[in-house]
Amino acid sequence: MRVALMATCVNDAMFPETPKAVLRLLRRLGIDVDFPEAQTCCGQPMVNTGYLDEAVPAVRTYVDAFAGYDAIVTPSGSCAGSARHQHTLVARRSGDPALERAVEQTSPRTYELSEFLVDVVGVADVGAYFPHRVTYHPTCHSLRMLGVGDRPYQLLRAVRGLTLVDLPAASECCGFGGTFAMKNADTSVAMGADKARHVRDTSAEVLVAGDNSCLMHIGGLLSRERSGVRVMHLAEILAQTEDEPAVRI
Amino acid sequence: MTARGAVVHWARDAADANRVIVDVARTHAVDEVVKVKSMVTQEIDLNGALADAGIAAWETDLAELIVQLGDDLPSHILVPAIHRNRAEIREIFLRRMHEVGRPAPTELTDEPVVLAAAAREHLREKFLRARMAVSGANFAVADTGTLVVVESEGNGRMCLTLPEVLVSVVGIEKVVPTFAELDSLLRLLPRSSTGERMNPYTSMWTGVTPGDGPQEVHVVLLDNGRTRALADEVGRQALRCIRCSACLNVCPVYERVGGHAYGSVYPGPIGAILNPLLKGTGDPQTDSLPYASSLCGACFEVCPVRIDIPEVLVHLRTQVVDARRDDSVPKPEAVAMRAAGYAFGNARRLRWAERVSGLAGRALTRFGRSRLPGGRAAAGRLPGPGAAWTGARDLPAPPRESFRAWWRRTKGGRVDE
Amino acid sequence: MSDARSEILSRVRDALADVDPAALPVESPPGAAPTDVLTRFAERVADYRAEVVRCSPDEVAARVADSLVEGSRVVVPPGLDVDVANAFVDEGLSAAELDRVDAVVTACRLGIAETGTIVLDHEADQGRRAITLVPDRHICVVRAEQVVADVPDAMPRLDPGRPLTWISGPSATSDIELERVEGVHGPRTLIVVLVDGNQSTSTSVGDRDGS
Repeated sequence: MRVALMATCVNDAMFPETPKAVLRLLRRLGIDVDFPEAQTCCGQPMVNTGYLDEAVPAVRTYVDAFAGYDAIVTPSGSCAGSARHQHTLVARRSGDPALERAVEQTSPRTYELSEFLVDVVGVADVGAYFPHRVTYHPTCHSLRMLGVGDRPYQLLRAVRGLTLVDLPAASECCGFGGTFAMKNADTSVAMGADKARHVRDTSAEVLVAGDNSCLMHIGGLLSRERSGVRVMHLAEILAQTEDEPAVRI
Repeated sequence: MTARGAVVHWARDAADANRVIVDVARTHAVDEVVKVKSMVTQEIDLNGALADAGIAAWETDLAELIVQLGDDLPSHILVPAIHRNRAEIREIFLRRMHEVGRPAPTELTDEPVVLAAAAREHLREKFLRARMAVSGANFAVADTGTLVVVESEGNGRMCLTLPEVLVSVVGIEKVVPTFAELDSLLRLLPRSSTGERMNPYTSMWTGVTPGDGPQEVHVVLLDNGRTRALADEVGRQALRCIRCSACLNVCPVYERVGGHAYGSVYPGPIGAILNPLLKGTGDPQTDSLPYASSLCGACFEVCPVRIDIPEVLVHLRTQVVDARRDDSVPKPEAVAMRAAGYAFGNARRLRWAERVSGLAGRALTRFGRSRLPGGRAAAGRLPGPGAAWTGARDLPAPPRESFRAWWRRTKGGRVDE
Repeated sequence: MSDARSEILSRVRDALADVDPAALPVESPPGAAPTDVLTRFAERVADYRAEVVRCSPDEVAARVADSLVEGSRVVVPPGLDVDVANAFVDEGLSAAELDRVDAVVTACRLGIAETGTIVLDHEADQGRRAITLVPDRHICVVRAEQVVADVPDAMPRLDPGRPLTWISGPSATSDIELERVEGVHGPRTLIVVLVDGNQSTSTSVGDRDGS
């Protein structure tokens, strides 16, 4: 099986440790992962702001970069959701039937990390070790667009040393919402502040999620509040073992 | 409906509909009408049109009464006075009831049961006296000509039963083909709106029943943008809405901004799509509505008639953007999106942009000098549009090396770290 | 307004030019199927803060009499087949006259167990809509064979040509701070007399085990 990593533009530019963690994790599980360098962005920032034409080049690079792979793995529920549910829309807008056909190939092969691990690889215990108190925020697109269900919980529960505590009102949106975070900053911050309060109430050391964009928002608030709670992507926790505690806290 | 003695009118827009209703009122020389809570008559501002014609319109739903007496606007589909507390309601009743009818009792307390009793006494006088009523309808049945009103308090039954003349304004999207198809809707609506197995009262009537209820029955079938919404192949699903308000109750944005922020009788997620669909784009307030969402999808999850609200929101955002594509001076956002589209069109361009951002990152950390929990450097407070982010949220400084630069340098992590 | 009609209908046709009209009615999901329909009905009606009195056919008149306050003014529809002492028959009372009546006794078209609903179709044994609306106390006699399991069972038994009033408990509102208040405009007391072969029992909120 040929597996490609879609790093996502946000991770590529802002959170490179997350795609590195995915590589470490999948290689440990014996999966050879490629990073097609032609990739850029899934196009979601443009689509969700209403700029469909502007999303066409991104979708084009996506289908070109990932053509021929059996599985495209991404550490982002939101970007996987975009590839699976929005690329058809963009391709149709482009008026290019070849792009539509190409999207039919790449869309269904795109998996969010926890889906890939549990459904495709078939593991819940990835041999990770992380001796900390952790709470998990199910990001909206993972939860409702993709329906990842309890897969991230399965993975986290199998991590040795990890104490997983329930996050109150977990399924409520953190308020990030892409450009929403800037266009409606006050509302976004109000939603995020409630999320941050729920996180603090758990006394967790780490807030984990499957989307760095949401974590950047909640983490930005937790940091401004001097809460001491750090945020980490699910991949970075799953990548750590007793022999290789890449990230110390 | 015509076969059963009702008079059917068609209304292209609010003006058409209001004209019909005012004409009926004038024919019967009434100077007041009692009203059943109805969103559609608010949509067309019937009360304003009646007032202009010198006719008083009395809202009889308790919440609508509170809103009307308080010279206020509804803030929720199901509980329009949710923004008022009991003390305010008591004050409104004491201050206003005597100006329009039976005064509130002087010993009025702020207990909901006492306030409801005051409303009962105040409105009963109007119910017994009124000669004309105006209602909406939750559903209309094509094969039998039946109209349906779903309610809880009994004010609907009062209006639908006691006056001599009844006018019902019905959006054309309320029509279901057969009587049997009411079944699932009657089971869905109360469960999704109030959480009850069944609402206290459901009234159904078909034209005129000799000797029982109003002997003159009018029905106004209203378009007012509904055919515009119907022509939108993505947006038309919004016409399935049964006004249960479940989407409002789970919406994190509605929860923070409240119903008035939507500037329409239809607030919340459904309002954010329904208003632009009915009115079209071009008005700044309407154009802002599709953006009043983080696209979290909680609304779609609870919608009993499966309206994919996030999908329609994104679709309408595209319409808002497309309507301004020919602007001579594009918005900064449009410029930024074009730039992003360009950068994402090719990995080489993106690599270059990331190198710039890495350099910027080094510069930004100099302003901030603070660290995020976990030790990563934070960017300082940003000027310009970036302040919308850093006003309340710390921002990690961009890393020195992007992932793709690392991949290239280390040959995918195989050479060295 | 005939031009408005054709204009709107032509807009509808244009809007739906791309749509294949679905001719088949939307099928509704099956309803609940309780094993003991009457007990479910009695529970659900009581759940809505209505009182339920179960009795045998020969006890109906007595149970109805028990449900009325001594000395109150009672109206009955012309076709009611229950003897109600001192009641007068509705012969087109005005709303103002009805407002001076304390109670009404009627039959019904059917009862729906799952939702605790009684449905009136305002035939002669139930009377005009106004008489079950204005008086503050409604006593409704429901016969065992009139009770169906759920809404899907009720629909085919109703005549849409008749005015229909579905009643699930007394009138209520939650408009003030979402606090439920029973009794706004409709009758504030609803007593359902359920007639079957069993002996007389009573179910009401706070007294579920009193049978």
